[in-house]
Amino acid sequence: MSMTKPIATTRSATGIPTGKLAVWWVVGSEIVIFGGLLAAYIMHRLGHPEWAEYASHTNPWFGGFNTFVLLTSSLFAVLAHYAAEHGDGKRAAKWLMGTAAGGLIFICIKAVEWSIEISHGYTITANGFWSFYYTAAGIHALHVIAGCIIMLIIANDARKGKELHRVELIGIYWHFVDIVWIFLFPLLYIAK
Amino acid sequence: MAEHSEEHGQAYYVKIWGILLVLLIVSILGPVLAPHLEFGFLKAWMITLITAFGIAVVKAYLVAANFMHLNIEKRYISYMLGTMVVLMLLFFAGVAPDVMKHEGENWENVAAEAEIERALAAQADESHDEHDGEHDAEH
Repeated sequence: MSMTKPIATTRSATGIPTGKLAVWWVVGSEIVIFGGLLAAYIMHRLGHPEWAEYASHTNPWFGGFNTFVLLTSSLFAVLAHYAAEHGDGKRAAKWLMGTAAGGLIFICIKAVEWSIEISHGYTITANGFWSFYYTAAGIHALHVIAGCIIMLIIANDARKGKELHRVELIGIYWHFVDIVWIFLFPLLYIAK
Repeated sequence: MAEHSEEHGQAYYVKIWGILLVLLIVSILGPVLAPHLEFGFLKAWMITLITAFGIAVVKAYLVAANFMHLNIEKRYISYMLGTMVVLMLLFFAGVAPDVMKHEGENWENVAAEAEIERALAAQADESHDEHDGEHDAEH
């Protein structure tokens, strides 16, 4: 099967490679998705004094450690980009695997955290706060899982020295997922 | 690009990561220590706000500028992303008054008021029970 690239992949009207431009637009639309959700959460939180007590049951140590994990995985992603930029596909693949491992650790911690909370009766239907908590953190976790899968596919190509420019693209997405968590962390775990 | 590599060596990224970790620690400790740090006009809630959300903005900026390379990306991208943030603020400005206020000149959100009253009463009961429990344990 011959793999011919579509014209749109190889041309660039804006001076930005098409793939990269597409990722930036994905990030742009994600800002509206997460932004809308977080804005709705903030207005409810400010309008409902009883939510302060609900929020006091989240565990900032889980959230804080997960922030550390994501920040570190972001470092790995940018080091993968650095390696890819210097033509070292094998090294880029290794860093990408490290990044994906960070995502896996993040999800495992989330699973433990949620299990504890659900066993204490804090379920998605408990009240408005917990509905937002599981929705926001859940959509974020889906982004982490999707990012990990794409990262492993790209790492597999990078290992063979193929499509190295994609290492930067998954990095941009991953850093955005990191930024979303940077805001979710104080909103869900710190402000009490 | 030679300049590019010089400016953004691996050590540079590790340095940014180090700064991010320090900021993370401050954002966790800030709200915990806030009640002890109050002085003059600086109230605990202000310290919490600055350390939790002010620092989140700084962290997000550091990641976007240095890891996503927005600082060397074409301006067009920053404008596009900025527009999305403005749309979010617009949404907040339009909807927040309805959610945050529970009554206006010609309307009252009876359901929201009832829920707040019910929940606060339930929480007060719960904390009473807890205190009663402590007393029982003492006796």
